Amino acid sequence: MAFFANEQKLTIAMPKGRIFEEAVHFLQQAGLEVTAELQDSRKLVIPVENASLEFILAKPADVPTYVEYGVADVGVVGKDVLLEEERDVYELLDLQIGYCRMMVAGLPDWKPTDSPRVATKYPKIASRYFREQGQQVEVIKLNGSVELAPMIGLADRIVDIVSTGRTLKENGLVELEHICEITTRLIANRASYRMKSEAVDDIAGKFLEVIPGRK
Amino acid sequence: MAKPLGFEKPLGMRDILPESLAKQRHLERSLRHCIERWGYEEISTPSLEYYDTVGTASATLTDRMFRLLDKQGHTVVLRPDMTTPIARVVSSLYKDVPLPIRLFYQANVFRAQEKEAGRNAEFFQTGIELIGDGSVDADAEAIALAVFCLRAAGVETFRIAIGHVDFVDGLLEDVIADEDTRQQFRQFLYERDFVGFRQLLETIGIDFEAKKRLDALLRLRGGKGKIAEARALAGDGKAGQAVETIASLWDSLEAYGVTEDLLLDFNLIINLNYYTGVVFEGYAADLGSPLLGGGRYDQLLAQFGRSAPATGFAIKMDRLLTVTPSVKGETTERILLLYTEKRRQEALAKAQQLRAEGVVVITRLVGGRAEIAAENGQGYSRVICMTEQED
Repeated sequence: MAFFANEQKLTIAMPKGRIFEEAVHFLQQAGLEVTAELQDSRKLVIPVENASLEFILAKPADVPTYVEYGVADVGVVGKDVLLEEERDVYELLDLQIGYCRMMVAGLPDWKPTDSPRVATKYPKIASRYFREQGQQVEVIKLNGSVELAPMIGLADRIVDIVSTGRTLKENGLVELEHICEITTRLIANRASYRMKSEAVDDIAGKFLEVIPGRK
Repeated sequence: MAKPLGFEKPLGMRDILPESLAKQRHLERSLRHCIERWGYEEISTPSLEYYDTVGTASATLTDRMFRLLDKQGHTVVLRPDMTTPIARVVSSLYKDVPLPIRLFYQANVFRAQEKEAGRNAEFFQTGIELIGDGSVDADAEAIALAVFCLRAAGVETFRIAIGHVDFVDGLLEDVIADEDTRQQFRQFLYERDFVGFRQLLETIGIDFEAKKRLDALLRLRGGKGKIAEARALAGDGKAGQAVETIASLWDSLEAYGVTEDLLLDFNLIINLNYYTGVVFEGYAADLGSPLLGGGRYDQLLAQFGRSAPATGFAIKMDRLLTVTPSVKGETTERILLLYTEKRRQEALAKAQQLRAEGVVVITRLVGGRAEIAAENGQGYSRVICMTEQED
């Protein structure tokens, strides 16, 4: 059924930062005309000629927000952000890229303390995890260089994403507990999922074709 | 929290200024006009209800209700929806009124918010309840009326997605023996986390066919053609019956001539434990959140002692406002009437006469010529001066 075919222009929110390059490569593989402009541009909104597509470049943590409010129809974002932001969006596909792990890490000689403190960029994930483990911890929100915290005595453990583990090692930290696996996801706005169902299905179909390791 | 500053309002509370309110009232009139012609009668219920009655029966989660204590020490809530109070009325004051009962409301409801902009804690709804008719044609009536309401309101492009709770439940029961696991799947659907749904599917150790059936559920979304696909997937049990209900519903909606605005969505879950049959949700172009929601809730009335099937929907007026064309200001004449003390009697009588004719008249007592000269008449169609006779 062709619903309002002419109105199905799709706005895609893309995360700058860690997974950007991999995500752009993924889009190219999926046959989307992603120009060099997208990769190099300082512009924040980039239309794609004759493809009825438009990209919004956003901070990763803002991608689900844009999608929830419907200013972007779909978005590409890490599961770490989704777990932390708790936005009301459809999580359609696991793109199997941007792989990393959400870990608890600390100094090698870490011992349980009376007043455990955890530093993290992901306060919600950390609180939820320790609660599920039956531990009451104080969570300190940091915005970067979380690995510093145990070294300088700000916290005895950290919760962060780890891909190769090199940063941890260089800062003398070890992985203590594994919280969950993180990959990049395709998300969609609740209304766009219905109002632009064909366009959303079309892009999800293209993505599905190129997901690595897909059976 | 810091002491509120003078201009601040509690989280999620909004002022509605005259221009917006005029548009809202205009929309409410259009909707009322539409709904009344289907035989629905308007009802109003109190803003406060007991937590133990309406509060516990409501589909809204307790932590999203505004709860307070009345003078007697009872916990009361600001009504989180209108459906539950209406169920209370139908089971008490209206208990001898024969079913079916058709009621509608235009009222404010309250739901506490935690997050930021765009989430009102008090919002206006226009909604209907059709109580005492469990037929599929009652479901069709609710959905068709929703379509006609959105048309009457002037929403240009919209879609209503339709699902059935028994389809999801039946399919899960066919495939998965353990209720806790089924609940996990429902939770994933409710949270719209299809990735989580598929991951759980990979880990629970069911055979390939079963896996394929549940995976197909995630793609069962589209027009009439999806009914055949759903039927093939469902088998004869509960899910199969749900498909037949949807098929019959679609026929009825075709008879109403509204199917072009509809979309079947077999994985639609609106509320985890409230709805009991056909459910639906409406969306408009360029609006990120649903415009309306509704469905069959056959268990609610029994909680108030009058067991009856029921269906209904509510339209969120604040969202409707953002997707409807702005109303042209009604072209009523606005007259400014200036008068002096001496001619007060004559002037005010004249004003009443004009108002009776349907003209808007604003009167003002003026002292002298300077004051009259200062009035430039902006914002009025005409200025009448009833001041001292020419002297």
